[in-house]
Amino acid sequence: MSKGRFGIHGGQYVPEILMNALIELEQAYERYKSDPDFTAELDYLLRNYAGRPSMLYYAEKMTKDLGGAKIYLKREDLNHTGSHKINNVLGQALLAKRMGKTRLIAETGAGQHGVATATAAALMGMECEIYMGKEDTERQALNVYRMELLGAKVHAVTEGTQTLKDAVNEAMREWTRRIGDTHYVLGSAVGPHPFPVIVRDFQKIIGQEVKRQLAEKEGRLPDAVMACVGGGSNAIGIFHDFIDDEGVRLIGCEAAGHGIDTDKTAATMTLGSVGIFHGMKSYFCQDEYGQIAPVYSISAGLDYPGVGPEHSGLRDRGRAEYVPVTDDEAVEAFEYLSRTEGIIPAIESAHAVAYAMKSAPEMGKDKILVICLSGRGDKDVASIARYRGVQICE
Amino acid sequence: MNRLSKVFSGGKAFIPFITAGDPSITVTEQLIYSMYEAGADLVEIGIPFSDPVAEGPVIQAADERALAAGVTVDDVFSMMERVRKSCDVPVALMTYVNPVVRYGTERFMANCGRAGIDAVIVPDVPFEERDELLPYCRKHGITLISMVTPASGERIRMIAAEAEGFVYCVSSPGVTGIREKIGHEAGGMIKAVKDVKDIPCAIGFGISTPEQAAELSCYGDGIIVGSAVVKIVEEYGEDCVGHVAEYVRRMKAAISV
Ligand SMILES: Cc1ncc(COP(=O)(O)O)c(C=O)c1O
Repeated sequence: MSKGRFGIHGGQYVPEILMNALIELEQAYERYKSDPDFTAELDYLLRNYAGRPSMLYYAEKMTKDLGGAKIYLKREDLNHTGSHKINNVLGQALLAKRMGKTRLIAETGAGQHGVATATAAALMGMECEIYMGKEDTERQALNVYRMELLGAKVHAVTEGTQTLKDAVNEAMREWTRRIGDTHYVLGSAVGPHPFPVIVRDFQKIIGQEVKRQLAEKEGRLPDAVMACVGGGSNAIGIFHDFIDDEGVRLIGCEAAGHGIDTDKTAATMTLGSVGIFHGMKSYFCQDEYGQIAPVYSISAGLDYPGVGPEHSGLRDRGRAEYVPVTDDEAVEAFEYLSRTEGIIPAIESAHAVAYAMKSAPEMGKDKILVICLSGRGDKDVASIARYRGVQICE
Repeated sequence: MNRLSKVFSGGKAFIPFITAGDPSITVTEQLIYSMYEAGADLVEIGIPFSDPVAEGPVIQAADERALAAGVTVDDVFSMMERVRKSCDVPVALMTYVNPVVRYGTERFMANCGRAGIDAVIVPDVPFEERDELLPYCRKHGITLISMVTPASGERIRMIAAEAEGFVYCVSSPGVTGIREKIGHEAGGMIKAVKDVKDIPCAIGFGISTPEQAAELSCYGDGIIVGSAVVKIVEEYGEDCVGHVAEYVRRMKAAISV
């Protein structure tokens, strides 16, 4: 079997025209990941530009209110640009620079990955073009303007369902047109090898920090770690350092949209089947003929019909659990965390908060639960207002 | 002689592509007969897919039309069984890999064999992943076509050494679609292939005019045209058959000098 496998999942299912680009990327990554200059530069940027380490915050009011497990929030929302996406982007942009690339392209759903990529491009003096589904440019209008402010060109993708999967399609098409000077900064732990490995490696700092911070505060490992799963980059980032700690439950929260018994859902692990798409073998929402399903979630960042191959591997061997969370539950959690802790989470992250609200009361007071708060919710305020029937002018 | 080996036996081959079910499976069947009559040496039939990542706007739109019409791969197999009752045109199926694995690779290739399909072209399965399909193709007598591109470089030797049927040479970087200018990279690619193996090479991607076809055909053994054919289907819909046949005749003539 080919490279980059997690059980049966993963691989490199791309048109021949991209194979040399993937091989070059893999070679460059293998070379630089242990290069002292490279790691020192990345470490410098993570500390001084992105604001790492991010805080591990004891959510005392939430804990008392729910009356069960002790809840900690890993504050990726406090990173520069407002989400975990910057961890991966700084790594990939530095790598692209080392490879002599002068232009970055990326897909984006919620716009957080696009903003992070545009930011890194501005910082490193590179050209930047972002592909975003037209529907997402409308529900995340604020982020479109942020990207433009940062000097990026944003393409509204009008093909297909006009959401994240179509943005990935278009970014991949663009990469086949122009490989020489361009690096495709894939934003989640998906796609052909080596992307799922590279993205995971640049995100695994989240879990490494949690382990260290919790050891300082509590002197032990957590009992459960929860994260929302779109493609799965913040989730694999916080899970990875705990995979060998069998006692730590790893729980991925995927978007159920209107519910898993409706056709307006993006619950890939719950409803999907094995397929091959976007360069990888993994689970996908699809019909009996292998047509990719038009998925739905209130959250543009989780509105994706697939999931990263490492998650599919973790699920197959029973190491991680994946649970569906509906729009309604996520919106309630969005409002709950805002009121209770004074923290407005991204609607993506609110999916993990929602599941924590369900499970914390069922866990003993001696248990510890860590939620990956993957991003901040400023970008979602207008659409949550709309959801509640309030019209506000941004 | 099997059907595939006669494709390149009568001079430069002309290979048109159409999307199955665009605008209907009945028209697809008529197109197969009439393109063969008009001089097509192999017909490439695309299975419509929701997310055709290697396709430009023209074929993307054709896939959307075919899917909206409700066409499935089972409809394509039944149509091909009807075609085989009266017609021995060589046929290659172009499909993305997901519809194959979801259907069941074994069952897919068995049905291809039964329906008289000669070859499959699967753009998102590169050399390294060919074991996903190859054992099943072999078992059911289907040729798995290999692709080489201007970005393939040293990989061409490896790919050519294992290639069967013919090699699909991608003329220039990017997705399918009509291009005004096509570079001259095909010549070098085909030489690299032929250095390793004596196998026919067909050039595709971007070709639309008789002039382009004539020019590029010097480098290889055949010309593949997709978007330009599909555009005629798009323009004339149910009435496209005569127009497509006329186009095929012109293109075949242009490369037969
Ligand atoms: C804040 C936030 N969290 C999570 C995600 C989902 O991505 P992933 O599953 O790769 O972490 C996104 C994607 O846009 C996001 O913006």
